[in-house]
Amino acid sequence: MAKRVAIVGTGQTFHKSHRPDVNGQELINEAVRRALADADLKMKDIDAIVIGNMDHFEGINYVDCWSVDGSGATMKPIIKLTTGGTTGCTVAIGGYHLVGSGMFDRVLIIGWEKNSESDTTGAITTAFDPVWDRLVFAGAISGLAAEAQAYIARYGASERDGARVSVRDRKHAMNNPHAQLRKEVTLDEVLASPMLADPIHLLDVCPRSDGACAVIMASEDVAEKICPKPDWIWATASRHSYSYLGDADYGRLTSMREGSQELWKKAGIKEPRKELDVIELYQPYSFGGLIWIEDMGIVGPGEAPRYIWDGNTDMGGELPINPSGGVIATNPIGATGLIRCAEAAMQVMGKAEGRQVPDVNFAFSSGFGGCWWTDMILHGKKKPK
Amino acid sequence: MTDQFQGIEPMVYKSKINVPYSWWAGDTASKFYLTLRDEKKITATKCVACNKVFLPPRKVCPSCFTENTQWVNVSDEGTLITFTIARRQFAAIPSDRKVPVIWGLIKLDGADTAMLHYLDEIKPESVTIGMRVKAVFSEGRKGNIRDISHFKPVSRV
Repeated sequence: MAKRVAIVGTGQTFHKSHRPDVNGQELINEAVRRALADADLKMKDIDAIVIGNMDHFEGINYVDCWSVDGSGATMKPIIKLTTGGTTGCTVAIGGYHLVGSGMFDRVLIIGWEKNSESDTTGAITTAFDPVWDRLVFAGAISGLAAEAQAYIARYGASERDGARVSVRDRKHAMNNPHAQLRKEVTLDEVLASPMLADPIHLLDVCPRSDGACAVIMASEDVAEKICPKPDWIWATASRHSYSYLGDADYGRLTSMREGSQELWKKAGIKEPRKELDVIELYQPYSFGGLIWIEDMGIVGPGEAPRYIWDGNTDMGGELPINPSGGVIATNPIGATGLIRCAEAAMQVMGKAEGRQVPDVNFAFSSGFGGCWWTDMILHGKKKPK
Repeated sequence: MTDQFQGIEPMVYKSKINVPYSWWAGDTASKFYLTLRDEKKITATKCVACNKVFLPPRKVCPSCFTENTQWVNVSDEGTLITFTIARRQFAAIPSDRKVPVIWGLIKLDGADTAMLHYLDEIKPESVTIGMRVKAVFSEGRKGNIRDISHFKPVSRV
């Protein structure tokens, strides 16, 4: 009964730091309408809906029910999935499972966040263990800083290497009208921006955004009738490894290494650096853009700085990363992973406009969550065997 | 995009929810905290299948799912695995800790996992990965992780 699954339409909002002109349902509705228009479908064609956002961020518990005016889910099967930072990628994987099971032909997947509506730090703190970690906590940025610090010590990398990644992503965002922050910065500007937690400067990290994204997946029975050149899902992987903050191998992202190995094995990818054409990485801070592509096996341990300085991951390079500008330019958290998925799909479908990478055969998208967990999707132009 | 809202003042409803919780530490964490409070000792559980010592102690091994019933004492000295220095008074930092706050992951001698805590009695610029540190216990211990006040450098005598 298992079916091959393809993305046949995507839609997203024009992401902003504040959207006081819409409430949550209306924000969701903008993305849903754009995805339906992209696929040339009507709401009546949708068989089921998956929705997700960050727990606590808007203070609304029953988001699946509350959002139906915006999502169109009234009296349809809908489930909410929420896994912290990875939520946007998890909802996509959940949709893939629903369609792949053969139970639903057309599934609408939604990720959204109105980050401006809450105390983000307070909400993020609820992701950490109350008995062990919260009483000696120093914020989500400090956890990332500890990873970067360990990587720098282990491989001799520098703050400049991180800054180079931030310069890349912020430059790429200039090509994306949906990105929130569209301002190029120089290396010196990144390094001169205030230090938040060593070695992370303000311009090394993502903003908070209001935004929504919607993706429509269809089974192989209907996909090519809806969209002549859909984006086929080749494989997905999830690794959720958190227990306590002290468990992680700081300086390496174990969940990324194990998940991507599973992904390459499932799809028969031998050399990801050569076989992938574009990556949309859930990379909320610059140093993740160094560490995590090593864990993916794009380059060896400690080799990312040289690879990135040589321009390989810039637009026009061997393997462009984050043509959209990535998370450093836009971060409506519950939508962020799904935006990566949608952007990768647009690259495969040839719909990425000013940020299109030529001739994309395979694209990679991921989700990342604060305590070192990772979800990922491999997208392809050809129908999987 | 927002043209349809031209001339309309967006209304914002400000609200606050009071959400008190009582988190039960469970019998494994309770045993750890009672020993810490009453004996100033740091204890951990050992998975006899993996031969791995977990701190914080776990009732069940996260690697092989075996129940950990063997308790062991670990040292109050250990090695700094990684750290950062919070330069901004982030809301998540307890109010009695003022920036710069040094936040480290410390692998105590005898444990296989690191524990999260603060470093103090050292200048931020002197902290290095791999340095040896020692627990400083709090005076009025209440049975929580702050019964360890912080970690300080091991003096080279």
